[in-house]
Amino acid sequence: MSKPTALSIGIARGGLEIKQFMRQRESVVFTMLFPLILLAIFGSVFSNSIAEGVTFSQYFVAGMIASGLVNTGFQQLAIMIPMERDFGTLKRLRGTPMPASSYFIGKAILVTLSMLIQVFLLLAAGVAFFGVNLPTSADKWLLLAALLVLGSACSTILGIAFSNVPKSGRGASAVVSPVVIVLQFFSGVFFIFTDLPHWMQQVAAIFPLKWMTQGARSVFLPDSFATREVAGNWETGRTFAIIAAWLVVGLIWAVRSFKWERD
Amino acid sequence: MSTVISVSGLRKSYGSNHAVDGVDLAIEQGEIFALLGPNGAGKTTTVEILEGFRDRDAGDVKVLGFDPATKARAGQAWRDRIGIVLQSTADAGDLTVYESVSHFAKYYENSKDPREVIELVGLTEKADSLGRTLSGGQRRRLDVALGIIGNPELIFLDEPTTGFDPEARRAFWQLIRKLRDEGATILLTTHYLDEAEALADRVAVINSGKIIEISTPALLGGRATSLATVSWRDGTELRSEKSANPTQLVNQLSTQFGGEVPELNVKRASLEDIYLEMIGGTHE
Repeated sequence: MSKPTALSIGIARGGLEIKQFMRQRESVVFTMLFPLILLAIFGSVFSNSIAEGVTFSQYFVAGMIASGLVNTGFQQLAIMIPMERDFGTLKRLRGTPMPASSYFIGKAILVTLSMLIQVFLLLAAGVAFFGVNLPTSADKWLLLAALLVLGSACSTILGIAFSNVPKSGRGASAVVSPVVIVLQFFSGVFFIFTDLPHWMQQVAAIFPLKWMTQGARSVFLPDSFATREVAGNWETGRTFAIIAAWLVVGLIWAVRSFKWERD
Repeated sequence: MSTVISVSGLRKSYGSNHAVDGVDLAIEQGEIFALLGPNGAGKTTTVEILEGFRDRDAGDVKVLGFDPATKARAGQAWRDRIGIVLQSTADAGDLTVYESVSHFAKYYENSKDPREVIELVGLTEKADSLGRTLSGGQRRRLDVALGIIGNPELIFLDEPTTGFDPEARRAFWQLIRKLRDEGATILLTTHYLDEAEALADRVAVINSGKIIEISTPALLGGRATSLATVSWRDGTELRSEKSANPTQLVNQLSTQFGGEVPELNVKRASLEDIYLEMIGGTHE
């Protein structure tokens, strides 16, 4: 047999992760359908226009796509990894010749697939039921692709780093979910960001979700809306710079703190 | 024979607790070596240092010629040659036995055939069942399958039969012997004295971070030469006597009773008796 490489094992792990994920029906439903339920609720309650040619649904779908990056990466991994640590999965893997990088490649594959499904479902439901308009220019689609790649990578790394914060797998969901929900409220997912109190906007601006939602708005909202953002424009450069900075922070944090075993 | 594991002057402390306090060991190729000791004796710490899960404070350790603290690429090549069966794991419940075993096969350079390994651990009928539907004993067999799929030269078995019924334990022991017969060296930690006696070529007793004795199960603690207890019924009274020459005593009794001695019983100290005496003697 040929010598296995970190990449070939990582890809095999990705396949295995997806297989296991699909067999856990509750988590599939929670991760994939919950955002659609939120879209249905918010889309039905706030059916007004918030600006010329911009419905609340359009604004909300942009926010939910940004949230999707956080849900499928950060939230999913920061809950799943502590459970694997409790179950002894990680310790068992540590005792094999599997390179550590293969484990993370596998997780990245799982996140990528669930993120793509999530974004697709949100767009499909938005278009079908809430009159959401898709971008029409190639530039905007390219921007979306770049945002998904960088945002998902950042979210994945931060999820791996944060996986050391919950003390146990059982408590992980209780620690991680409030962080995500609070960030969603602060970052302009559920409400128009500029309607939020000033201090809340400033706190949100520290964290990447605010920049992901703003980036998603720059894709899905007409450019005329940019004047209604905090800075009066989309701040595309700053958006990518801040998400990239969090990616670096997450990488250093994850490398320093990752544990294969429960203390 | 070559030495597979050699340890000298191994030390590891957690604060003021000297978990491992100067351990020396040499385990030879092809033997089943059992490490016995009460909880907190330093057993797990010692084994986890040998498995490369923990760092040590002092001492020389070579496992298959490598320092288990070796990291990165050299560490991976070393891990390719060992198999670790940890204590109770509960992972991969959503994968079938075959999926788990064939996936782990991909980690190793010279893995065994997954079907053969599943057969070897007696899970062929469960090959397509999900991990979470297995019984405790079947689960443990899966752990072993995952530990040996890489065709290891050295296998660590940590409390392998905890929670087994007697029949399953005997079947499991057969499996361990089979692995040894195929050429693997096995380091076993166990709470069960009968398990050590049935399986191990040699046993080491560890307590308070120190090795008290290393010997074959039959000779441990001077067991072979310890006094035997002869008991019999004399009328209505049950009598017993400790003797260094039990055969002679039985002969006398036989003459005395004119043949058959009522309720005759000759008992040597069991491994458990010896062991409890050994660890009891060093309790603080």
